[in-house]
Parts: sequence; C-alpha cells; structure tokens
Amino acid sequence: MRTSRNSRRDLLKSGAGLALATFAWPTYLRAETASIKIGVLQPLTGALAFDGAQGKMGADAAFKEINDGGGIKALGGAKLEMVVGDARSTPDGGVQEVERMASEGVAAIVGGFASPICLAATQAASRYDIPYLVDVGVSDQIVSRGLTNTFRFAPGFGMVSKQAIANLIKLNDGAGKPAKTVVLVHEDGLFGSGLAKLMQTELPANGFEILDTIAHPTPARDMSNIALQIRAKNPDLVIPSSYYGEFVLLARTMQQQRIRPKGIYCVLNGAASNYRFVKEFPDAAQYVMDCNHWYDPRKAAAQKLKQAVESDGKFFTYNVALNYSGVLLLADALERAASVDRKAITAAIASSNFARHIMPYGPTQFVNGQNTGAAPVNTQVQDKDIKVIFPGDFADAKPVFPVPA
Amino acid sequence: MFAPSLIAAAVVNGLTTGAVYALIALGLTLVYGVLHIINFAHGAILGAAMFAAYFAYQAGVDPYVAALPLAVVFFGLGYAVQRLVVGPASHGEDRNFLLVTLGLSIIIENLLLAAFSSDTRTIDTPYGFSTLEFAGLFLSLPKLIAFVVSCLVGAALWALLAATDTGKAIRAVAKERMGAALVGIDAAHIFAVTFGLSAACLAVAACLLLPIYYVNPRVGETYVLVAFTVVVLGGMGSIPGAMLGGLLIGVVESLSGLFFGDSLGQLGVYLIFIIVLLVRPAGIFGATA
Repeated sequence: MRTSRNSRRDLLKSGAGLALATFAWPTYLRAETASIKIGVLQPLTGALAFDGAQGKMGADAAFKEINDGGGIKALGGAKLEMVVGDARSTPDGGVQEVERMASEGVAAIVGGFASPICLAATQAASRYDIPYLVDVGVSDQIVSRGLTNTFRFAPGFGMVSKQAIANLIKLNDGAGKPAKTVVLVHEDGLFGSGLAKLMQTELPANGFEILDTIAHPTPARDMSNIALQIRAKNPDLVIPSSYYGEFVLLARTMQQQRIRPKGIYCVLNGAASNYRFVKEFPDAAQYVMDCNHWYDPRKAAAQKLKQAVESDGKFFTYNVALNYSGVLLLADALERAASVDRKAITAAIASSNFARHIMPYGPTQFVNGQNTGAAPVNTQVQDKDIKVIFPGDFADAKPVFPVPA
Repeated sequence: MFAPSLIAAAVVNGLTTGAVYALIALGLTLVYGVLHIINFAHGAILGAAMFAAYFAYQAGVDPYVAALPLAVVFFGLGYAVQRLVVGPASHGEDRNFLLVTLGLSIIIENLLLAAFSSDTRTIDTPYGFSTLEFAGLFLSLPKLIAFVVSCLVGAALWALLAATDTGKAIRAVAKERMGAALVGIDAAHIFAVTFGLSAACLAVAACLLLPIYYVNPRVGETYVLVAFTVVVLGGMGSIPGAMLGGLLIGVVESLSGLFFGDSLGQLGVYLIFIIVLLVRPAGIFGATA
C-alpha cells in the first residue's frame, strides 16, 4: 500500500512538473522607464497554434524595431511592453485574455487571427474602450457591428472574394479565355461555404460553367474521392478554398492521379501561399495560384523582415507581415495621440494615414473601422517561390496560365 | 450516376484507408479486450509515433524501414507507461484508468506542441506519388503498402493471441483476471504487454500513414474517433472484428463520400454503426452477453 501511495505522489509531482514545463509562460519584459502596455492576442495553443505563433513572430519583430529605435518619441521615448494573450484557439479563450489584458491596463490590442476569436475579443475589448486592431479575421461582421474600438487593417471576406473573382476574369481574358468550366472544392465551414455560394452566383454571370461544387469537412482524412470526382468532370479550372492540411492532401492526390487542369485558382487558401507547402511539395505546388493577403515584395522593409524570419529557420507567412504592420500602425497612432488614453488612441487610429507598412496597400484610411485601401493580391507558385502576379502594380512575376501541359 | 470505374476506385480507396483504420483500431480493441477499458491516450500515442517516424525520415530512415524498430521502441514505451504510470496510478479502478489515460493524452499532445510547435509537417518520399495502373485505375503505391502491411499485422496479432503462450496468457487475463492470477499468470505484466502491443500497432500505423498524410500534434484526434467506431462496430475486444470493421467503415465512408459529398459522407459511417448496434448490440464479432 505504501509503495503505491508513494508512486502516486511521485506521479503527481512529475505530472505537475510536466504540466508546468508545458504551460510555462514567457515572463513579461520589465522595462525600467514607464512603458506602454500593448496586448498581443493570438491562438498560441490549440488547433490554430501554428498561425498564432506566426502572428506573434510578426508582432515581436515590430516591438523590437520600435523599442530599438527609441520607443514612442511623443511620450518621452516610452518603450512598448508586450502583454501576450493565448486565445487557445477559441472565442472564450480570447475573451478571457482580453479581460486579463484590460485589468493589466493595456493601451491597445492587436491580433486575434481567426474570425470567431476576433468577433468575441473585439466585443470584450469594447467594454473597456480598448482600441483593437484585428490582424487577419476576414468575417465582414467584425467591422459591421458599429464597435468604435474595432479596426481591421487587412481586407475582409467580401473584399477578397470580389477581388478574387474580378482578378480571375481578368486573368482568363488576358490569356485568351482558356478556362470555361470550373469545379469548386470548399471546406464546409463558414469560410469555404460562404465563398462557394458567392462563386456560384458570380462565376456563371461571367461566362464560367460550374460543373460541380464539392464540400469537405476539416480535418479530412482523405481527399481521394474528391480527386476522382474532379477527374470525372475534367474541368478547366479547379477553385479550392480549404485549410492547409486538406489542400496539401488534395494537391498531392491530384498530382498522383495525374489530374492536370489548366489552372488551380485558390481563394484565401491555407497552403497555396505557404512556403512550407512549396518547399515540401514543389511539384504539386508548381503554378498553383491564390488570392490572399500577401506582403508587398517591392518594399525593402518587407524583404528585410522576410530574410530575418527565414534565417531563423521559420516560414514567412502573410500573418507575420500583417501583425508586424499592425503593431507599426499602432505605434504611429500612439505618436500622433501623444497619450496612452484609450479614446485618444482610438481617434488617432481612425484618422491614420499610415504608409510605412509592408502590405501592398496605400496609406491606411479607416471607414467604420475597415481600412478601405486594403486589398488582396494574386500569387502563384513559380519554381519553388511564391510570386505576386496580380495586380500589375505590385507584381514581381507574370502569370503562367494556362499551365503548360 | 457515377461511372463504374469511379465507384471501383472509391471502393479500392475505401479498402486501403479502412485497413489503416483497422490497424489503429487493433490496439484499441486489444487494450479493451484485456483491461476492459478504453485507452483515451490512443490518439496522442499515434501522434507521438508519427512524429517519431517523421524525425526518423529527417534522419534518413524511410518510414517503412523505421516501422519495425519503431514498433519495438513503442512496445517498450507502451509497456513502461502501463507498468510505471497507468497501472500504479489507477489502483485497479477502471475509472481511474480512464482519467489517467485522458491525462496522459493531454500531457503527450502538449509536450508535442511545446517541442515541435503545431506546424503541419509532411514528408516527400520518392515513392509518395507512385501509382500502379490496374484496369484503368491509378492505385496509390503507399496506400497499397499500407493495406497489405495492415492486414499482415492484423493476421500476426491474431496468430500471436491464438498460438503463443503470451497470447494464451493475454486471453486468460481477458477472460478471467482472478483465475489467471491463480494459475500463476502475472496479470500486471500481461496488462503491460497488451499496452505495449497496442502502442507497437500504432507505431506501424504511423509509419504507414506518414507518406500519405501529414503530422501535427493533434493528428491523432483525426483517427481516434473513427477507430473507436470500428472497435464498437466489430465487437469490443475482437481482432477479426476490428479488421473487418475497419475495412467496412473505410468502404462505407468512401462510397457515401462519393454519393453524398464528403461533408455528409460521415453520415453513412454512423448510419451503418447505428444499424449494426440495433441488430447486433455486441458488434459484428462481439460475444453476446
């Protein structure tokens, strides 16, 4: 009996140690002079942990740049202090962290990543008048609820899908209309289904024939059936809207089954604008197009950040660029507000004309919280790199369409 | 209506996917058969094994070559975990076993997350895109290998239980724990062997899955629910039941995915599941109470 009791205690001890090691939290930086606390909310654990880490990476880079550059000059060189929040990939987790950030006295919050987290967190932040800058969350509800504290720097769902369809038509027209038939593949959540619905009305109105619309769950264990159906329909164009894992499975299966449409045109796809996918499956990734958030390849600051991220052995994803830009935008608002008063910062963001970001947008211009200058771009995987092919002003490569047989 | 070749391809695809479900279900059903308990850490162990196979590949060892050594390593790990952690911590109480394995799954998944981040990783093997052309179908080579190896492992496990002394001891403990102890079988050792065999099956499954799937710390969840369905469908604790159940679920999932779309395809799986439970509550091969 004694031995078993001891071993249970040992187990509890080692279990507690493990738990501590697993959940140990980075301690906050303690600045010596008065610092300005900024909340960085990301899904650092749970299903979205990869994206959360990417977003935080971008915020980290911007914090470092601002603090190394002498902090917020209008406030006597006050340094920015990051208050990290882990939304645990759930809206509830996001709300809890916003409450904690509010009690710690943050001046503003950046991040959220997923639409459900952003929706809940911005609402929680509005109770304390904390200005909240959404990094990615594409749901159009985020900026249509009349919350004066909520801003989105990146384009929303409506903007992206409209642009995606417009660009697709231009792309097809430019190549002499090689694509007439389309198969839509989408994940069956809010994002994929919403997009498919929009495509189903918009594409036929523009001369495309939709041969099939195939929904799939996330996570999906196998995409072979979908590949078979695509093969049976033999469309000119496949338009997938899926998360990372499912798209990788689909692209691999299509390659294996030798299904080669004239083009694969993704919208807000989890993999087509991800260097990991390009690196791991260069053949399956070759010539895949995406309409998504992307950095401006012509900006020196963007290239510098990309190199820094890559030399760290990490992948440069759009949410790194968005969070980096978001924190810089916030710092600019702090400079102009010359105050840590939340209402003053909110007003400064609302009136901002910030151009030193690394996205392919003009100076920011917020209308009801949405940056109206924001726009997605079209990228294409070309020879193990992701190139911007559309719009022409930002492009660093010409589109390869239709894909050479 | 779909062309016959499309339906044939979907059936073949279902069989190959189902064989992997079966292999994952084997470990689960084995532990259930002997300890009469569902091992909640099953998915997490699969995830850990897939990471092991992934890093073996990074170190230059092909997953198929790594399968046997990893099976041995995971047998050892499974044995040790049952002998040193799960067994002592559950004090012979079934509900404790549930909670300990649940806790174990949380610890394993979060250790994987802390160590490797939640990045989704894949490997690109030279044979990853190879196909065999058969009657107009392109059969994926890694999937065919997964099918054959899964069936072989299932047969080997069945032979082990049927013909060896260890197998007899496992069956004895499964049937009558007290009686087995009275004739000199070390029940704690047999429990640990069972747990080890279950983990070894998962290691093989991980090596078969890696060339066709991806790995991240939560990957086990994707498979564990379907494996549980297979176990109940085939009859809790039955090896042939798990094999047949896995293949059946694979084909049903594939065909219903084809006919009703992949989102609704899961409905077919649970429809069959409910029908079987209504007609044969103990599962296809389950002993009637």
